Amino acid sequence: MTTPKTLFEKVWDAHQVCPETPDTPAVLYIDLHLIHEVTSPQAFTEIRERGLKVRRPDRTMATMDHSTPTTPRNAQGIIPVTDPQAIAQLNQLRTNCAEFGIPLFELGSDKQGIVHVIGPEQGLTQPGMTIVCGDSHTSTHGAFGALAFGIGTSEVGHVLASQCLLQRKAQTCAVRVDGRLGPGVTAKDIILALIAKYGVGGGTGYVFEFMGEAIRALSMEERMTICNMSIEGGARAGMIAPDETTFEYVAGRPFAPQGAAFESALARWRSLPSDEGATFDHEMRLAADELVPMITYGTNPGMGIPITGTIPTLDEMGDASARVALEKALAYMNLEPGKPLLGHAIDVVFIGSCTNGRISDLRQAAGLLKGRTVAEGVRVMVVPGSQQVRQQAESEGLDVIFKAAGAEWREAGCSACLAMNSDVVPPGKYAVSTSNRNFVGRQGPGSRSLLASPLTAIAAAVTGVVTDPRTLI
Amino acid sequence: MDSIKTITGKVVALPLENVDTDQIIPAKYLSTTTKDGLGEGLFSTWRYNADGTPNPDFVLNRTESSGATVLVAGRNFGSGSSREHAPWALQAYGFRAVISPSFADIFKSNALKIGLLPVIVDAESYYQLVSLCEEEPQTQVTIDLASQTVTLPGGQQVGFPLDGFSKHCLINGVDQLGFIMQQDADITAFEATNPVALNTQH
Ligand code: SF4
Repeated sequence: MTTPKTLFEKVWDAHQVCPETPDTPAVLYIDLHLIHEVTSPQAFTEIRERGLKVRRPDRTMATMDHSTPTTPRNAQGIIPVTDPQAIAQLNQLRTNCAEFGIPLFELGSDKQGIVHVIGPEQGLTQPGMTIVCGDSHTSTHGAFGALAFGIGTSEVGHVLASQCLLQRKAQTCAVRVDGRLGPGVTAKDIILALIAKYGVGGGTGYVFEFMGEAIRALSMEERMTICNMSIEGGARAGMIAPDETTFEYVAGRPFAPQGAAFESALARWRSLPSDEGATFDHEMRLAADELVPMITYGTNPGMGIPITGTIPTLDEMGDASARVALEKALAYMNLEPGKPLLGHAIDVVFIGSCTNGRISDLRQAAGLLKGRTVAEGVRVMVVPGSQQVRQQAESEGLDVIFKAAGAEWREAGCSACLAMNSDVVPPGKYAVSTSNRNFVGRQGPGSRSLLASPLTAIAAAVTGVVTDPRTLI
Repeated sequence: MDSIKTITGKVVALPLENVDTDQIIPAKYLSTTTKDGLGEGLFSTWRYNADGTPNPDFVLNRTESSGATVLVAGRNFGSGSSREHAPWALQAYGFRAVISPSFADIFKSNALKIGLLPVIVDAESYYQLVSLCEEEPQTQVTIDLASQTVTLPGGQQVGFPLDGFSKHCLINGVDQLGFIMQQDADITAFEATNPVALNTQH
């Protein structure tokens, strides 16, 4: 009998061009390489200077998302870019893609959007693949049972030139989420609770495999939300075994295998889930039925509490450096230890990003917003994750709900998630954000981010204060 | 890449945990297409006041920190984004090594690729280094790759882990892209036997 293997081990083994040895890392083959304007220019420069070419343009896909504006189109239907550096960066990507034959989803075109939204949406992301991108949230694609992780720009160059990476095998961590989520509690709350429990460094060195009843019950988009933030838990990647939910999602998408090819792919995909008796190096657990909506109070995604809870006190911190970290974070956030967050006034709400900018997120947000209005003095930005999401939302009339309530309906992109364009949270202002990072200055210099689910974000939008969304359902 | 055998240099301590890559180099410095000028953006939120003048309280701006080439930082250094701009900025500023109880995975891998040495030490040695920096701002250490040790001023040696391949590449100045390109025959053979139903060009 062969040794039982985990999902990660199966994907890893199937992509080893050269196995690892004590002296050398494995040469790992990459099935899909996604690129965007910010982390690729220096990699193209490197391969150009060495006279190399892109080995597999047919396994490479480019989009524009990070530095693009999300302001409305002009009379010609074009999204105007005004920042000279963004223009230069986008032009550089156009030149690089044209020179090396890489397909590009051009700004404003039908398929453009955040790199981690468009991969799944277009059927590029498939079970069992190895997927990389010069972006840490590449972990999102692990929701399909792919091994997907972020790489640096040097490695982007390696993959462009060789379609391979030098990699040491990661350790595995089973993340079991048992039970069922209650009403008003979402996938975002699962992952925020996990990181609050195990810390932002808890997953370092591991690839997570999420499993258990609560995970099985999630839609593909919810699974993406969970895998997306694996990196916030420190993990190299997050994976979920593919099942009927996965296959149904992939079937019929533009770049997915069709007809007989789909059937044979399906047979392969069905063999991917971890075998009975496969062992993991580590384990984490969470009980879904005990979860309530989560919100962060500090300056890393692990500084989160149940929305009904209180901000920790210095005494509750494990050691001196954790106390220093809490003190610094609360000083930046201008929040007090031991106090609740419920009822705290907020200024901005951001709905979007590769964590929660998909159609189901917008449906959920619009569902709660319908018939209500945005509280006075609150700015609400709704930024679809892709043009496809935007079009779908408009065909369902979601944009009308957002606009009628007083929210801004914007073009697709990363937007206020990293504030590389003009979508910023002003200094000292509080934003309830559905994105994934609340780092100091992440959403603009001096911005104070409270990370939460789309439901919790809308609850804050309509009341103007941090509110438990379950009281509005 | 240049070969690195030992690094001797002045240490400066930033005793904070979970220093993320948004702090190391904020997003506004990422709209560049080269690696130039990133040193100016290093820790910019901390280094500069709102009006752009240097913040005299930040450790790197103190006179006694000038010329430091080894950064000591709290656990989980470099968490967050995968931007290689973070190690580029540290290197451009003049750092050659970062010592910490732990590093975020992608940061560590990026740093090793460009020859910015991530040195993992136990918590006790970390705290010792932090107090040394506080007591004597001119503290120097020597990091030796071959023996994988950090030598403190008193002669005390602290070992650190480093995978054999990275060590080999650093000491011999091996270019990893060059190494990977030499595997061409194996890559071609792999592609022939592992067709994937994907073509981004259709
Ligand atoms: S939405 Fe935010 S986290 Fe996601 S890829 Fe864009 S910048 Fe990164």
